[in-house]
Amino acid sequence: MLSFILRRFLSAIPTLFLVVTISFFLIRIAPGGPFDLEQPLEATVMENLKRIYNLDKPLIEQYGIYLWHLAQGDFGPSFYLRDFTIGDLFARGLPVSITLGSLALLTAVLLGGTLGSIAALRQNSWIDYVVSSFGTMGLTIPNFVIAPVFQIVFGLMLALLPVGGWNDGSVRNIILPVIVLALPQLAVVARMIRASMIEALRSNHIRTLRSLGLPTSVVVLHALRGASLPIVSYLGPAAAALLTGSVVVETIFALPGVGRYFVEGALNRDYTLVMGTVVLVAVFVMFFNLLVDILYAIIDPRVRYE
Amino acid sequence: MSSWLKRTTIAAFATVAFTGMAAAQVVYNRGNDADPETLDPHKTSTTYESHILRDMLEGLMAYNAAGKVVPGVAEKHEISDDGMTYRFTLRPNAKWSNGDPLKASDFVFSLRRIMDPATGAKYANILYPIKNAEKINKGQGKVEDLGVKAVDDRTLEITLEQPTPYFLELLTHQTGLPVHAASIQKHGADFVKPGNYVSNGPYVLKDFVPNSQITLEKNANFHDAQNVKIDRVVFQPQKDLAATARRFEAGELLSTSDFPADQAKALRERLGNQVRTSPRLGLYYIALNTTKENLKDPRVRQALSMVIDRELISEQVWGGAMLPAYSIVPPGIGNYKEPATVDFKDMSPIEREDKAKELLKQAGYGPGKPLKVQLRYNTTDNNKNTVVQVADDWKRIGVETSFINTDGKTHFAVLRDTNDYEAARAGWIADYSDPQNFLFILESDNKGFNYAKYNNPEYDALMDKAAKEQNLDKRADILKQAEAIALKDMPYIPVLFYGNNNLVSNKLQGWVDNPTGFHPTRYMSIKQ
Amino acid sequence: MAQGAVIPTDTMVGSVKGRSLWADARARLFRNKAAVVSIGWLILMALACIIGPEITGHRYDQIYTEYSRIPASLTAYPKPEQITPAVERIGSRLRAKPEGIAVEGDTLRATFVGQRPIDERSLAFFSRSDMFGEAQVTERGEEGRRLTVEVPIERRHFYFGTDTNGRDLLTRTLFAGRISLSIGLLATFVALVIGVLYGATSGYLGGRIDVAMMRFVDILYSLPFIFFVIMLVVFFGRNFILMFIAVGAVTWLDMARIVRGQTLSIKRQEFVQAAEALGVGTKGIIRRHVIPNTLGPVVVYMTLLVPKVILLESFLSFLGLGVQEPMTSWGVLIADGARNIQGAAFMLIFPSIFLVSTLFALNFIGDGLRDALDPKDR
Repeated sequence: MLSFILRRFLSAIPTLFLVVTISFFLIRIAPGGPFDLEQPLEATVMENLKRIYNLDKPLIEQYGIYLWHLAQGDFGPSFYLRDFTIGDLFARGLPVSITLGSLALLTAVLLGGTLGSIAALRQNSWIDYVVSSFGTMGLTIPNFVIAPVFQIVFGLMLALLPVGGWNDGSVRNIILPVIVLALPQLAVVARMIRASMIEALRSNHIRTLRSLGLPTSVVVLHALRGASLPIVSYLGPAAAALLTGSVVVETIFALPGVGRYFVEGALNRDYTLVMGTVVLVAVFVMFFNLLVDILYAIIDPRVRYE
Repeated sequence: MSSWLKRTTIAAFATVAFTGMAAAQVVYNRGNDADPETLDPHKTSTTYESHILRDMLEGLMAYNAAGKVVPGVAEKHEISDDGMTYRFTLRPNAKWSNGDPLKASDFVFSLRRIMDPATGAKYANILYPIKNAEKINKGQGKVEDLGVKAVDDRTLEITLEQPTPYFLELLTHQTGLPVHAASIQKHGADFVKPGNYVSNGPYVLKDFVPNSQITLEKNANFHDAQNVKIDRVVFQPQKDLAATARRFEAGELLSTSDFPADQAKALRERLGNQVRTSPRLGLYYIALNTTKENLKDPRVRQALSMVIDRELISEQVWGGAMLPAYSIVPPGIGNYKEPATVDFKDMSPIEREDKAKELLKQAGYGPGKPLKVQLRYNTTDNNKNTVVQVADDWKRIGVETSFINTDGKTHFAVLRDTNDYEAARAGWIADYSDPQNFLFILESDNKGFNYAKYNNPEYDALMDKAAKEQNLDKRADILKQAEAIALKDMPYIPVLFYGNNNLVSNKLQGWVDNPTGFHPTRYMSIKQ
Repeated sequence: MAQGAVIPTDTMVGSVKGRSLWADARARLFRNKAAVVSIGWLILMALACIIGPEITGHRYDQIYTEYSRIPASLTAYPKPEQITPAVERIGSRLRAKPEGIAVEGDTLRATFVGQRPIDERSLAFFSRSDMFGEAQVTERGEEGRRLTVEVPIERRHFYFGTDTNGRDLLTRTLFAGRISLSIGLLATFVALVIGVLYGATSGYLGGRIDVAMMRFVDILYSLPFIFFVIMLVVFFGRNFILMFIAVGAVTWLDMARIVRGQTLSIKRQEFVQAAEALGVGTKGIIRRHVIPNTLGPVVVYMTLLVPKVILLESFLSFLGLGVQEPMTSWGVLIADGARNIQGAAFMLIFPSIFLVSTLFALNFIGDGLRDALDPKDR
């Protein structure tokens, strides 16, 4: 196992290198640069700026400079939020996104898992249908619809919670965004657990447990172990996506996470910021995929990595 | 887990305590379009940066609550008879926030810094009227040659390239704001960080959390500090306008710098007179690429302009937040008279339609050979709704329109760098209140801005003539002639004039709607 | 004995045929009531979207300038209270004041009184308006300063209301369904095929090939999608096929991961080992044993994918790759509606009902399919 993990870490280096290289050139081909505004700049002013940010050098040289800095852990300055380096921006934004994302993930897994298990145990009962319908709703209604509805209902009509803002992570401020983030994941988890629980409950070893007259809770726990495999493979990428923030939720609720940088960086042609987000996603994705693979082996003894 | 709980509890208590404390302090939560690119005034270019910077820094001249140019750091100024030399006398009690006296040499340092190519100032060209400024910024001169001189600690003399009637107004722009030399020398680029930032305006920088808030606190060393009533301003970027309006409604923001215009009607129903709209110096237009076969003929361009129902677009799409435009220069601009207007302004829609059809026929288009136009726009809801309406108007005279939409950066890069477009949506917001700032975009040698590729020697000659004219009255007449020519040739279809759209709480006092759109916090107070 | 030996062989052939995976699954799917109803609903929806825009009485791009953002209503427009202001507006164009406005059935009668003789050509403003037809002068008086006209009122129904530009939302919602359904189903299908094949192959083959294949997925996952889309638009222009490529390029990745995860576990199970021992080829094992056993989570994930794809399309529209005005899609309509939630909620509600009900139907079909295809359940 240890050598497996080690190999994965080693394989991450060429992967990252490829991601960085492809992205670097891809984003430079797109029309428009970081200093293009709706009101265009004077030609000389533009030249001055390009010189300062090394944008006047040949692309390959810029690439070399970027790689050199990256190797030293320096993501460079942001072109759009020029008072900050990309490192600064992530250092401030990531904790926010990770807090929201992990709370949402936790909610989704605990609540979704419970609901899914109940639905599976009472297959085709009314609870099952309620859970299914609820799950479908959660999946179907987009977050950019749910978020304003929550703002109107809880922020304006009932005036229970703030409409937006981070307020140093105060509990009241993060309730709505966490729920909005959790809902679709919760729905998926519930549906997946239900589906694989039904399967697991029918399998021979669970039938044996049941026939031995073990209490339901024990049976469920055993069944859950078998049922959690697809959830784990779903949650890997989902966790990576959740923890790196959500553009929609952060924008609507005015939260200072990193999710917005993915879209804003691209639309503003903030090259270094985009490269930063690319590396960030790559690292998160690879880390969680590794975690998932390790979990596979723990959950299902049949899975082996040579 | 328990430590997390503990921390949360402490944080909750801290919040309560803080709120209790804040009650004594007057806090103004102010919505702003976006986070500033930087708080270094010399590197900024947008109005939303200006809102913050003008609260922190004070230039030689400043805007008052009504957007009028008033003395800033300079308590008085004298202009030489030839209009070439400006002599400013600084306030005796002008100080930096750290207590340092503010001297004329600070302005010399600041103006040299913005012109230095090494600074990379985006809007240095605003101050090109200063002698040798353009040369220096282009790397062809030494900063020491800039026409700015400190006669003594309290006297500053600025020499110009040529008389510029709007020069005092230029000095209110954020490019003319001073920076603190000592802290730049000490901290380098980090002088803009909270704690390092030394400013001379009513407020000082307390904190900057990107994507969340910029907190300013009252500067006790400001010369008019005793009249500054708000202790703390929190600028919050408003990314999603509909959500921002909800935050305003919930009382989380006391003012916003924009609102979703297409929902203006519903907002007015909910918020009443807290929804504010006033004219602004900005033009929303459609550029017609005059080098393209189908748009080469001025008659075609006239026809396309004539049939656009501007009132309808203004009301329906923009909820009255933008006003119909029949001229290039918005009315109410400085150093100008009534702008020249299109000749079809007073024609009824039916007459316009008939006339437009006739013009198209003359140009060789008709039922057998319909005019086809490709219309580009950068994607926003209201742009989309506007071009749909424009295309519907064009359809009435048999014009077939197809759309291409892209994100803003792609859109403007295509307009600037390529010739790969026919008609395109664009906009222009004035940097200073002078007709020249609108009309120069159509000069044939203005490569970056002249999206229509308009080239009329007569127009260029008039613009040159106006630049040399010192008599403001005569200059206005010449510029008006130029505008009339442009409206006849119609390289740009003026569609709408921008408005200043704000949500302003009834609790906020001292907010005066004005065409500049600037509302210095120092003149405001909050009614509890 | 010889005869006896013949009979089982025959029975065996017959039984293999009868228990083929797909035929069996189909039969079981059609026994599932919810699934059958859902299939019916989907077909109905598809038919409505194909035929509907032709029979609503409005074109999807027809702009009624006087009916901007009017709420959904079962009764016809113009409403009685809209008529007088409209006539007054036309009056101001005629430079005359309307008097005695009377509505009888579908006919409006009014008398215009002006300071100067009224230009009768300007009566064309009536037929220009969306509310009225051609005006007929019934009486002239006071040297043309007094004009009595009869105008037919044009009744129009907007069952779902109209959008900001004044276009019928029912027609647009139905029209949008064509695009959203086709991209939702097609792109999901493409993602399904690529994702399942790729994931199953990677998981089953394992080892270095697995690592390489999965790293490739990681790379695609990390690339900046927005730039990918912008590049497609810049170099190839707008194109319906490109839209599928862009959507397909991102959506199969998660699918591949999930299937691979399942496969890792399945390939160690007895029936796969049995098949290996019997000398079944890799392709055969993946196709006949691995893939059918991954379908449970795949179907669940697929139902998640359809709404994702439909909404992704509206983002592509923003970047200029999706549908272009005056065409539209459910994603675009819902995004528009969400912004107007407080002023004009009907703009959000109706397209949402269409999207949600379609996805509900897809969900039931998905569940039915899963049950029907489940190899353990036979």
